[in-house]
Amino acid sequence: MSERRHPIGEQLLSVDHISLSFGGVKALSDISLYVKEHEIFSIIGPNGAGKTSMLNVINGFYHPQEGEITFRGVHRKRMRPYEAAKQGIARTFQNVALFKGMSTLDNLMSGRLLKMHKNIFWQALHLGPAREEELQHREKVEEIIDFLEIQAIRKVPVGRLPYGLQKRVELGRALAMEPDLLLLDEPMAGMNLEEKQDMCRFILDINEEYGTTMILIEHDMGVVMDISDRVAVLDYGRKIADGPPDEVRANQEVIDAYLGVSHD
Amino acid sequence: MRPVGTSVPDTFPKLLLEHAQQRGTRPAYREKDLGIWQTWTWSETKEAILRLAAGMKSMGLRRGDAVAIVGDNRPHLYWAIVAAQAVGALPVPLYQDSVAEEMIHVLTNADVRFAVVEDQEQTDKMLEIRDRCPMLEAVIYNDSRGMRHYDQPILHLYESVQEKGAAYLREHPGELEADIAQGKSEDIAILLYTSGTTGLPKGVSLSFGNLIFSGEVGRDFDQLTDQEETLAYLPMAWVGDNVFSIGQAYVAGFCVNCPESPETVLTDLREIGPTYYFAPPSVYERMLTQVMIRIEDAGALKQWLFNTFMAVARRCGTDILDGKSVSASDRLLYALGELCVYGPLKNVLGLSRIRVAYTAGEAIGPELFAFFRSLGINIKQLYGQTEASVFICAQPNGQVRSDTVGPPTPGVEVRIDDSGEVFYRSPGVFQAYHKNPEATAKTKSEDNWVATGDAGFFDNEGHLKIIDRVKDVGRMSDSSLFAPKYIENKLKFFAFIKHVVCFGDGREYATAFINIDLNAVGNWAERRGLAYSGFTDLSARTEVYDLIQECVESVNADLARDEKLRNSQIARFLLLHKELDADDGELTRTSKVRRNIIDERYGPLIAALYDPSQDHCQIEAQITFEDGRKGTIRADLAIRDCKRVTESVKAAA
Repeated sequence: MSERRHPIGEQLLSVDHISLSFGGVKALSDISLYVKEHEIFSIIGPNGAGKTSMLNVINGFYHPQEGEITFRGVHRKRMRPYEAAKQGIARTFQNVALFKGMSTLDNLMSGRLLKMHKNIFWQALHLGPAREEELQHREKVEEIIDFLEIQAIRKVPVGRLPYGLQKRVELGRALAMEPDLLLLDEPMAGMNLEEKQDMCRFILDINEEYGTTMILIEHDMGVVMDISDRVAVLDYGRKIADGPPDEVRANQEVIDAYLGVSHD
Repeated sequence: MRPVGTSVPDTFPKLLLEHAQQRGTRPAYREKDLGIWQTWTWSETKEAILRLAAGMKSMGLRRGDAVAIVGDNRPHLYWAIVAAQAVGALPVPLYQDSVAEEMIHVLTNADVRFAVVEDQEQTDKMLEIRDRCPMLEAVIYNDSRGMRHYDQPILHLYESVQEKGAAYLREHPGELEADIAQGKSEDIAILLYTSGTTGLPKGVSLSFGNLIFSGEVGRDFDQLTDQEETLAYLPMAWVGDNVFSIGQAYVAGFCVNCPESPETVLTDLREIGPTYYFAPPSVYERMLTQVMIRIEDAGALKQWLFNTFMAVARRCGTDILDGKSVSASDRLLYALGELCVYGPLKNVLGLSRIRVAYTAGEAIGPELFAFFRSLGINIKQLYGQTEASVFICAQPNGQVRSDTVGPPTPGVEVRIDDSGEVFYRSPGVFQAYHKNPEATAKTKSEDNWVATGDAGFFDNEGHLKIIDRVKDVGRMSDSSLFAPKYIENKLKFFAFIKHVVCFGDGREYATAFINIDLNAVGNWAERRGLAYSGFTDLSARTEVYDLIQECVESVNADLARDEKLRNSQIARFLLLHKELDADDGELTRTSKVRRNIIDERYGPLIAALYDPSQDHCQIEAQITFEDGRKGTIRADLAIRDCKRVTESVKAAA
């Protein structure tokens, strides 16, 4: 790849010595990671390795028993998901979590909610300043619709769409927040080859166009290795590797984790 | 309004200047961008076109050079056509879904120097084949998305060319106007490559005179005015789009609307509500299928309403449209139906404002045709060819039939030779096949009569009826007539059947390959709780075979009624495991079957159909993915025997 429009910058997020357990089950043990600005960072690992837990920790959904998270230089121990959203962290879910009865357009507009400032009174009347504001948001949403090539489903209720497209709409909703950090939880799960290729293109294009920093969780090794700047591998709640794709691919522990060796 | 043949501005650039003057504030083009319809008036269009033309001129485009145009229907690409014409260059639109390899022939055959393309996808194709098209000097792209890293010197952004053009216009005042004034009616206006069912595509050159003739015929035949709205969604490389979206639009001065993307056409149709519309039968078919599927899912009351009023429409709708006398009670019921069913239905389909709609290219099923006409939508058929600048025959209002294509259009002479082949002569007759005088001589006689290659005859009302391609009309082994397309069309009128290829020339009995329609059969299967994993699996189901067999046998019964065609009833058929596809070369880009390729590729299947001892056959087929890679699929196909209606049965019955 030739030089990037948004070169990789300073650390945006760092996670230090995180441990998380549910009762006696240790989901994450002493994990440290960092993500730099404008980077595509992937977390991979076999089933139950703690990938989604890690994302939930970053996003403020789970509260780790130990460790600390620094986002944009601000340390924090506890945070609620909506606070994370306010600070510019958006995410998609492993099992699509859209408003099924609403159209694609409305789902995307819901991603703009945090950016709407006029009070509910004006919005309910759809008058004056609120109308003005909505038009601006609609413009941004239309840009995303164009970007993700989902014009044809603009007014279709999301529940009627095939799974691959729902995933794309969900990505669109996360993008509508104009996030600084985008967390993608298995964006390619359950997709066919063509849909996967499309999704890869969109992830790279988003990074290129908007400079969005991304943390990606994925099962599919091939996909991850192709599009990530850096990859971390989790296995049984531990981090076993972290580095550029080629380095990780050659790591013996990673090969063992994926091909399977006996754990005592 | 000036009569045919006396257009004073005799080229499109001249017409453009006239419209900009006479109706400068009327809309000329619309396109939906970021969810909002953007409008360009005739005077804005003129500015845009002149700037682009001057820009290309400043980059070295000269009179006589060829300019390729590649992309979906976009105002910017329509402008590029007229901009090239303004300079005196020759626009060559290409089919936008062709793979890069297919484009080489056209680009080299036409000696294309400039290409105006839509986006990254088309730019990539140009870059891929650039070293095999040495003439290609400049690629002008309209949408720069995803192209930030493209730094090839041959690439130019559309807007930047227009900026260069604006500067050029300031520095050389009057020069472009002089170029435009130099254009003549007999100059070549456009070079269209016909997809052709055999061999390499041939470039058909049409003059301004040809296209303006077609524009005027259309305008006068259907009283088109500058108030019409059309939706341009059919390929720009196809003659029809050139006549409807450029020829007639420039002659009548109406507005051409471009859809947001190829996937949104049906939504855009509804938003625009065109008054003048053209679609091949397959589009109408898709609409009808959608309506029927949704009605089947509707509640009992809605179903009852629909069925009741559709029965009324079937009884009297077409007669009302044709202005025949209908009883007062039927008129009342029909008016009620318009209120409850037809009006809302037309609104949903985006056909509320249609004054005139045409279908052509393939035969249209009588039921499909009657459905739309009974709703009060004035669909008519026309028969045309690239070589004729479209118009040969068309149905005037009030004389519409489903099985004929109407009498010759004004200004066109038609005759039928002894072998049954249709010939025509008109001011629309093409100039020549590009750099191919032998082919021109073979098709067009000294005195301008053109052979269509279609077999047909006039019925006793003077309407032309087309049966098949002359070369495809064959004889069974007992020397009775075999017209494959006629049978194929009859089969394709069933919603469950998408493509058919019939065999029978020189054989004892007729057979067929059939492609099911995945949507219609899939829906049918769903209703029956029949699980399937995909096209191949669904095609192999016994239940589906039973379903299709019923269709085939009803066509057989139909054929048995015709003395000449009785012997070509289908005796055996099989369901193909893959859809016939233009990417695999099995269909043309306009979805016509390429028989020679099918014969070659599926030889073993044909042999099995004619070997009564076999009831199944193994086949391996090559498929081409959308990105050009190839793969193979294997399948074991069952062969079905069908009942044929024989004379003894008929006598007994």
